[in-house]
Amino acid sequence: MRKTILSLGLAAAVALGVPALVAPAAQAAEGVAIPKMSWSFAAPFGTYDRAALQRGFQVYKEVCAACHSMNLLAYRDLADLGYNENEIKAIAAQYEVTDGPNDQGEMFQRPAVPSDRFKAPFPNVQAAKAANNGAAPPDLSLMAKGRIGGPDYIHALMIGYENAPAGFEMQPGLSYNKYFPGHQIAMPAPINPDGVTFADGTKATVDQQSRDVAHFLMWAAEPKLEQRHRLGVQVVLFLLILSGLLFVAKRRIWSDVH
Amino acid sequence: MAFQSDNKVVKWIEYRLPIFTLLDHAVGTYPAPKNLSYWWNFGSLAGLMLVIQIVTGIVLVMHYTPHTLMAFNSVEHIMRDVNYGWLIRYIHMNGASFFFIAVYIHIFRGLYYGSYKAPRELLWFLGIIIYLLMMATAFMGYVLPWGQMSFWGATVITNLFSAIPVVGESIVTLLWGGFSVGNPTLNRLFSLHYLLPFIIVGLVILHIWALHQHGSNNPLGIDKKDSRDTIPFHPYYTVKDLFGVAVFLLVFSLFLFFSPNFFGEPDNYIEANPLVTPAHIVPEWYLLPFYAILRSVPSKLGGVILMFAAILILFVLPWLDTSRIRSAQFRPVYKQFFWIFVANCLLLGVVGAKPPEGIWVLIGRLATVYYFAHFILICPLVGWFEKPRPLPTSINEAVLAKRRPATAAGE
Repeated sequence: MRKTILSLGLAAAVALGVPALVAPAAQAAEGVAIPKMSWSFAAPFGTYDRAALQRGFQVYKEVCAACHSMNLLAYRDLADLGYNENEIKAIAAQYEVTDGPNDQGEMFQRPAVPSDRFKAPFPNVQAAKAANNGAAPPDLSLMAKGRIGGPDYIHALMIGYENAPAGFEMQPGLSYNKYFPGHQIAMPAPINPDGVTFADGTKATVDQQSRDVAHFLMWAAEPKLEQRHRLGVQVVLFLLILSGLLFVAKRRIWSDVH
Repeated sequence: MAFQSDNKVVKWIEYRLPIFTLLDHAVGTYPAPKNLSYWWNFGSLAGLMLVIQIVTGIVLVMHYTPHTLMAFNSVEHIMRDVNYGWLIRYIHMNGASFFFIAVYIHIFRGLYYGSYKAPRELLWFLGIIIYLLMMATAFMGYVLPWGQMSFWGATVITNLFSAIPVVGESIVTLLWGGFSVGNPTLNRLFSLHYLLPFIIVGLVILHIWALHQHGSNNPLGIDKKDSRDTIPFHPYYTVKDLFGVAVFLLVFSLFLFFSPNFFGEPDNYIEANPLVTPAHIVPEWYLLPFYAILRSVPSKLGGVILMFAAILILFVLPWLDTSRIRSAQFRPVYKQFFWIFVANCLLLGVVGAKPPEGIWVLIGRLATVYYFAHFILICPLVGWFEKPRPLPTSINEAVLAKRRPATAAGE
């Protein structure tokens, strides 16, 4: 028995070990180690911090949204952040969106409603490129899952702007960022101290805003995380008990095998 | 012997179609060696994963759109708007990895205990074909979300066929349905991704049929002699398999619910863009050893040939291994080489994940050479020169000999 358990353990170790060996390979290629933050959503029971999400949304709305779209999100999704229906309607109504064609065959402008997707800053990629030195700012909906390091990387990138070290040759129009692969990024430092005023009185340092916007972008990329964690804990408990019962059943049934 | 029952409905059906006899022979009274270890659980686990993949796949297709302009967003629609869509999609995504984990353990178990030797060669062949189709299916499935790694993975893999002399370019055009990876490519890969799993099901049925002809191999690797060597599949192995299922699903759930993107690449959460090449194009982890072999050969055609040869060589293994002893338990030398071979396969996997530069190129080449040397040199030579340990006379006696001291101590 002990031998089989050992064997199973070895099998699991091999199964888990191979990808573990492989995973850091991708990270090592990027060069600079990004600071690991502690996130409220990281642990198996983890949830999003509603206050951080609302602050992060505010940073997105007032800073990032000037250039970055979030095409996969609708205003109604903001209910997850703790806003009620009226608040969401009010947020949506701040934006004018194009609808139509109407009965006359014409497109028209109207205030956005909760079922509308977040209004994008540019009508198309070409316009985004034209307004940004030829580099279109990427959509942020999945940013927290589309970069190695996820929210840690987003936070690091926001705080990583500094003067280029002496002798480092910069291309014109680019900024130095110690966490960006290659260090030359088209986006100028987006976050300024006290660039936003948080409604809950939290001091808007660069680090605070960076953490909050990374928190918000993680939610945007993985909105079902809390549901997933909750269900996961239940499923794992169920399977633990089931495994125990089946193990006992197996021992009992096998007890007459000589 | 036909299945006996007093139930009238069962009798009525059985008289017209002896399906209960068939099932009884397959998972009921089917005599299995009584000494199978937990390594023998992974066949049924692979079967379970195949079913899970088919069921979740069919549900995903209800919401997925196979079009280059809509595929990426339709997957996100599943993740965000479909009820429990995130669960179905994450099961399917991680299920592929766990299917391969089960199958790899199943294959290495067969290698260790000599399950490929006479009279189970065809059983082994069917397994290799299933494995080949699995890899094809998994690759095509990885293309469907139309992320960056989907697109560039498809580009790299389909381009391999251009290495074939004379007709290579035409074959690639045919695969693409055009002059680059595009919508026709996505559509045909989607079509085949839906078809192949059902062909795999058919092959699994043949695999089980072939298995039942001579019955399962066992850790001792000796043939069963009489009824004292075997126990009926039900209830002994049904309950043992079910216990294995619960434990396997437990490990699966830990990844599924708490780290669902562990096996994935962040780049695949970026929509496919033919104008931007990712820094490192890597396939899914289960293809990495073959990717390493492919890149270890300086010539493109040579790499492609060696990559396919790495799998096809398994077809001749029953004859390359010259030892008549099946189980490595009684083969002291082969046993050592088996574990070196396992380590070498893992090393190839690591090499496949690294960028092909510096020391990794050399390590990759050495590991590739060793991979083939294991089959072509080590297997025949060890079979000839090794002095195997004496085999027990029967399964029953070996089991009793093992039990006796334990029972004595317990009393």
